[in-house]
Amino acid sequence: MNYLDNIIKPKQANQNTLVIFGSILILISFLDVVLLSVFDINLTGSSKGISFFLPLLLGFIGMYYIRFDHTNFPLINRFNKSLNIDWLNSIFTLLSIFVLLKFVPLILNWLIFDANFIGTAKEDCTGGGACWVFINVWLKRFVYGLYPDSETWRINLAFILLFVTIGASYLAKPKFKKYIILFLLFVFPFIGLSLISGDVGGLVYVETNVWGGLALTLIVSIFAIIFCFPIGVMLAMGRRSELPVVKYFSVGFIELWRGVPLITVLFMAANMFPLFLPEDVFLDKLIRCIIGIILFEAAYMAEVVRGGLQSLPKGQYEAAKSLGMGYWRMHLFVILPQALKIVIPGIANTFIALFKDTPLIFIVGLLELLGMIDLAKTNPKWLGFAAEGYVFAALVYFVFCYSMSRYSQKLEKRLSTER
Amino acid sequence: MIKSLKKFSIFLASVALLVGLQSEAFAAKKSRTLSKTIKQDHVKCGVSQGLPGFSNADAAGNWTGIDVDVCRAVAAAVLGDSGKVKFTPLTAKERFTALSSGEVDVLARNTTWTLSRDADLNLTFVGVNFYDGQGFMVRKSSGITSTNGFKNGISVCTNTGTTTELNMRDFFNSKKISYEPVAFEKADEVVQAYDAGRCDTYTTDKSGLAAQRTKMKNPDEHIVLPETISKEPLGPAVRHGDQVWEDIVRWSLFAMIEAEEYGITSANADSLKTSENPQIKRLVGSEGELGTLLGLGNDWSLNIIKQVGNYGESYKRNIADTGILPARGPNALWTNGGLLYVAPAR
Repeated sequence: MNYLDNIIKPKQANQNTLVIFGSILILISFLDVVLLSVFDINLTGSSKGISFFLPLLLGFIGMYYIRFDHTNFPLINRFNKSLNIDWLNSIFTLLSIFVLLKFVPLILNWLIFDANFIGTAKEDCTGGGACWVFINVWLKRFVYGLYPDSETWRINLAFILLFVTIGASYLAKPKFKKYIILFLLFVFPFIGLSLISGDVGGLVYVETNVWGGLALTLIVSIFAIIFCFPIGVMLAMGRRSELPVVKYFSVGFIELWRGVPLITVLFMAANMFPLFLPEDVFLDKLIRCIIGIILFEAAYMAEVVRGGLQSLPKGQYEAAKSLGMGYWRMHLFVILPQALKIVIPGIANTFIALFKDTPLIFIVGLLELLGMIDLAKTNPKWLGFAAEGYVFAALVYFVFCYSMSRYSQKLEKRLSTER
Repeated sequence: MIKSLKKFSIFLASVALLVGLQSEAFAAKKSRTLSKTIKQDHVKCGVSQGLPGFSNADAAGNWTGIDVDVCRAVAAAVLGDSGKVKFTPLTAKERFTALSSGEVDVLARNTTWTLSRDADLNLTFVGVNFYDGQGFMVRKSSGITSTNGFKNGISVCTNTGTTTELNMRDFFNSKKISYEPVAFEKADEVVQAYDAGRCDTYTTDKSGLAAQRTKMKNPDEHIVLPETISKEPLGPAVRHGDQVWEDIVRWSLFAMIEAEEYGITSANADSLKTSENPQIKRLVGSEGELGTLLGLGNDWSLNIIKQVGNYGESYKRNIADTGILPARGPNALWTNGGLLYVAPAR
């Protein structure tokens, strides 16, 4: 009786033994799940349909025995505190660990262990896992689109120049910083564009129909981001203006562009707009689409910025006015710096959404990263590698979106002035 | 007020007449699209965004495919260089607006020639470069060997929003078989669903079935049934109203097919200039003035054959050698029991 009592109600005195016993039970339950899912060996004899049941029971008993307020093992203490608080908590802990143990090896197998990395053709993929050969062979297309190989250095140069200038703006003294940023915003886009499109300074003209891949994704997003921001700020100010024409124009513009889906805007820009143009006027399809995206995103940006403008206390406006500042000086030096700082998360949100909206240009036949992947996976020699392509795209998008998000958080911290 | 309106409308009408007459006279001499193409030095061609065997880019970034070859042939005929093509990938939804807005001048995007498209959409189909038709794929293990084996309650995987879905409905309704459609937006999803066993049969155009079959986990477990339930003549199209350009695109395609008929290939085209056969001589440009009649140089068809090849070469390169449809089937020459029969170039 005493013995049984000891089992059901663990005593502090037998703590060490119980903790070791419990840990062993838990380890056995983990081992069972791993063996069953990875090596197909059934240790506990439970059928595959309820493969988690027996390990769960074992683990549950084990968890029960190690659940002391304080043990001699620091690791177990930490475990108890966060993952083994009561019986319900322990079940969720076990189930989560089981699911991870079951699926992480499968995913890793597909991604790495059974995957093929080296080769030049579909036939080199013999492992049964992912065929990264596909990405390897097509990487140039995914990055540069159908841009001629002999000219890709121009794209590289444009982007290296961009990153160098951004780096310089970090390191430069505040005095020069202003000029570097102005250069980045208003001069660089056109230098980069003429470098990539050519036809100046002896560069071969490369038409926009061969632009594509990640480079096109970045070109579209960078242009849209740079230009939608100032337009958005102007619209936000316009909407709060007391001049009726300005006000109602801004309201009308914002509501119109927010009221239509981006796909419609792109379709209009790509296909309908040329019908309204005179015969000999030709505006490139890519430029039409970028302008469409800029106007669309500017409407969203305007509302984000307006949120910032409205959150400022009236006193700020009054203080600026009482210093004798006019409308523009007041906004430029007092209102906007504060308002924009407040809405940095919102701005970052809009930019990230914009970046992720760029694949929509695929529907008007522009082959950005995702479009190139779609094109590659229909090549008769490379049929059936959609999963690899999309995993690659997801990774690329994640890297860019995550860095944008981190950058905005850093900016927020740097500019924060406690009020 | 009314009087002045009347006057104004008469004025408008006469202006319209004048402009119309002038452009008519202009078109008789030269085509607007042709002169535009020569001026910009490339043919603007709309293709699909990736369809195995029809239009596709390879890893080096070059467009290939049987539709792509039509565009290259036009460029070879008009500009003397098959490389002078600006390809615009188009979705199914935007293809016709792109053609009518002048974004592209030739639409070679596996488009089925139908009355409603021909008459209603202001475009003109110049010929057929691939005879396709809708078919069914089943698992070998199902024991079905023809559509007569379909039983009530069969589940069918298909794409949404295409004529495929309508043809399927017509087919099953006329056969009085109840069926359960399982439709997806993208071809990849349809294939995946069928391969995972979510439906008994998968239907789309036969060229598509053949291409998708190579994607399956185990291609040998599936067969394409012999029946064809719809006619899908796929061909290049141009805008209404520019007959000269229409002729150029039509005869560029016909030249490829006729070259195969007379055994002229990219390899032997030059040596056949001195052939005995006048028809061969006309096609390689050493006799007659066919090019001039089209408003082109007399070496137009020679350029096509030398740079793009004849239809058979194009088919072999894009459809047969890629494992999509090794057998020519309806796309063989009429002399070999197929449907390819074109008007003679003479």
